[in-house]
Amino acid sequence: MAGRTLYDKIWDLHQVRRNDDGTSLLYIDRHLVHEVTSAQAFEGLELADRPLWRRDSILAVADHNVPTVGQAQGIADPVSRLQVETLDRNCERFDVTEFRLGDPRNGIVHVVGPEQGATLPGMTVVCGDSHTSTHGAFAALAFGIGTSEVEHVMATQCLIQQKSKNMRVRIEGAVGPGVTAKDIVLHIIGVIGTAGGTGHAIEFAGEAIRNLSMEGRMTVCNMTIEAGARAGLIACDQTTLDYVRGRPYGPREDHWQQAVASWQDLHSDDDAQFDREVEIDAADIAPQVTWGTSPEMVCSVADAVPDPAAEIDTVRATGMRGALEYMGLEAGTAIRDIPLDKVFIGSCTNSRIEDLRAAAKVAEGRRVAGNVKLAMVVPGSGLVKQQAEAEGLDRIFIDAGFEWREPGCSMCLAMNADRLEPGERCASTSNRNFEGRQGQGGRTHLVSPAMAAAAAVHGHFVDVRELD
Amino acid sequence: MDKFETFTGVVAAIDRPNIDTDAIIPKQYLKSIKRSGFGVNLFDDWRYLDPGAPGDDHSRRRPNPDFVLNQDAFAATSILLARENFGCGSSREHAVWALLDFGIRVVIAPSFADIFYNNSFKNGLLPIALETTQVDRLFAALGASDDYRLTIDLERQCVIDPEGVEATFEVDAFRRHCLLNGLDDIGLTMQYADEIRDFEQAYYARSPWLERAPS
Ligand code: SF4
Repeated sequence: MAGRTLYDKIWDLHQVRRNDDGTSLLYIDRHLVHEVTSAQAFEGLELADRPLWRRDSILAVADHNVPTVGQAQGIADPVSRLQVETLDRNCERFDVTEFRLGDPRNGIVHVVGPEQGATLPGMTVVCGDSHTSTHGAFAALAFGIGTSEVEHVMATQCLIQQKSKNMRVRIEGAVGPGVTAKDIVLHIIGVIGTAGGTGHAIEFAGEAIRNLSMEGRMTVCNMTIEAGARAGLIACDQTTLDYVRGRPYGPREDHWQQAVASWQDLHSDDDAQFDREVEIDAADIAPQVTWGTSPEMVCSVADAVPDPAAEIDTVRATGMRGALEYMGLEAGTAIRDIPLDKVFIGSCTNSRIEDLRAAAKVAEGRRVAGNVKLAMVVPGSGLVKQQAEAEGLDRIFIDAGFEWREPGCSMCLAMNADRLEPGERCASTSNRNFEGRQGQGGRTHLVSPAMAAAAAVHGHFVDVRELD
Repeated sequence: MDKFETFTGVVAAIDRPNIDTDAIIPKQYLKSIKRSGFGVNLFDDWRYLDPGAPGDDHSRRRPNPDFVLNQDAFAATSILLARENFGCGSSREHAVWALLDFGIRVVIAPSFADIFYNNSFKNGLLPIALETTQVDRLFAALGASDDYRLTIDLERQCVIDPEGVEATFEVDAFRRHCLLNGLDDIGLTMQYADEIRDFEQAYYARSPWLERAPS
């Protein structure tokens, strides 16, 4: 038999049946749920009088709509409150585990799942959220689904799926100092484009990926969706096992050896065939900054804003012009000369403990620049917040003039009160720089946590490699 | 879900690649716990000159007269023409609900983002991927006509222009079948409930650590 990819293997493990038309019925191990994409699914079940197939496969949190200050006082905005209360009510009615607002285990769904061990190697993980790709860092097949599919999984524990093609992106060699997982993934998107992975599951491999911590791997897989692929995967190794062991939802100790044995095979075979392969030299990757309104509009911090006049593809050139106009940028401006109004450190891409440590390291002993109106740090979960406080990171941020907030999605998508005003420019560790994403008329530059902290204390972008 | 029948409809074009789900339906409207009512906020940032919030009376907002769907000739648009990677971004099915609620039943583009593509079929919206050259041709023809209409025939998998020229498209057989017959996926999968149970039994016997109920 020809070698199989990691994606092939997980697929095969979960295929309940193959239909005549080439689709498969795929079994789902873990279903993560949040307030924005679940209400209509629960309602659908009730209307059709269908029970949950496996209630304990579901873990729910409220994250998108929650305030990041005064969570103990509840949600002031009545529309957001209704959505969160609807989730609470649905979880009660259907007897689903939910970490409610204020529970230290609450937080952004993609931070909470792995933190609890609810995401394990070899699993299929779904959530009504495109950044479910994050969980692929655990050698899991994880992808975002729409609300109809949320309902389908609730009712049948399965999804009807067409298998994707296999793609591998190898980052060979070691990255230089100051270059993080975020820079790696932004660089990949810059190379392959936001539709580069459409129709594929992308496996990330190579020395630079193996060298990443689980936090770093999650950052890379998180942004797979920004490269057009629903799922990103990374092989299981000792780093994975060390992270997973002992987590509340993980295997009990008496099952541990058996679980580890079954996870040994969670990598692509040497002779596995990929439909597409991309290789990138890690040494080529510099700290990245996006300059436009799509994550593929990205360059090195040492570069200048590119010129649409130099672009031969006319559709692309038009896109670039539109982006520069929206972003209020002139072609040729050095990235370093771009001044900032706000800085956001958080989101499911970069709000884990390692991200906060990296930002705090830069912020320590410095002050947020005078032109920066707001620099905020939003931990990904209550447990990340507790850990950061135990390490004194909150003090470092507060002393430097950052705001230290409570967990949630926050200004990643600005569904709560945290947002950009029209025209405001933000260095953000989140994953999308779409028009209006962080607030109508807001301008987002995607960067790593260290780059965001450095931008906060200088008031404009700086190359973290040049900080002393 | 309604059956998808052959129809002829008004076509509107938005000449942009990478039209993302935030553009299709901005996040403030995702706070709704319903499936309907999103049509007035379809392309909200482009469609109105002033910002909007859920619960606003949108008829009192200032429409952007330059935006195609605000023009009288396009009020009855049922077919949208766009560039590549349509529907990229989030998984929000609200994007599909908003298009349908406005009256759009078909989107034609050179390519679609995977999740959007998938969500479309679940709700009876047909995404049609045509070759870039075909899409270019439609853009040009639409620009040259005052009252451009296309006929969509899913049974025969083709888009027919006013001159009778046909462009065929691919669509997977299962999805086509569901759309043509207005079938509900869940009901279809439920036919295999016994197979799912058998699978589960073997699966948990093999991986007992997964059986543990979270508490
Ligand atoms: S942090 Fe942002 S990208 Fe992540 S789940 Fe929340 S809104 Fe989505």
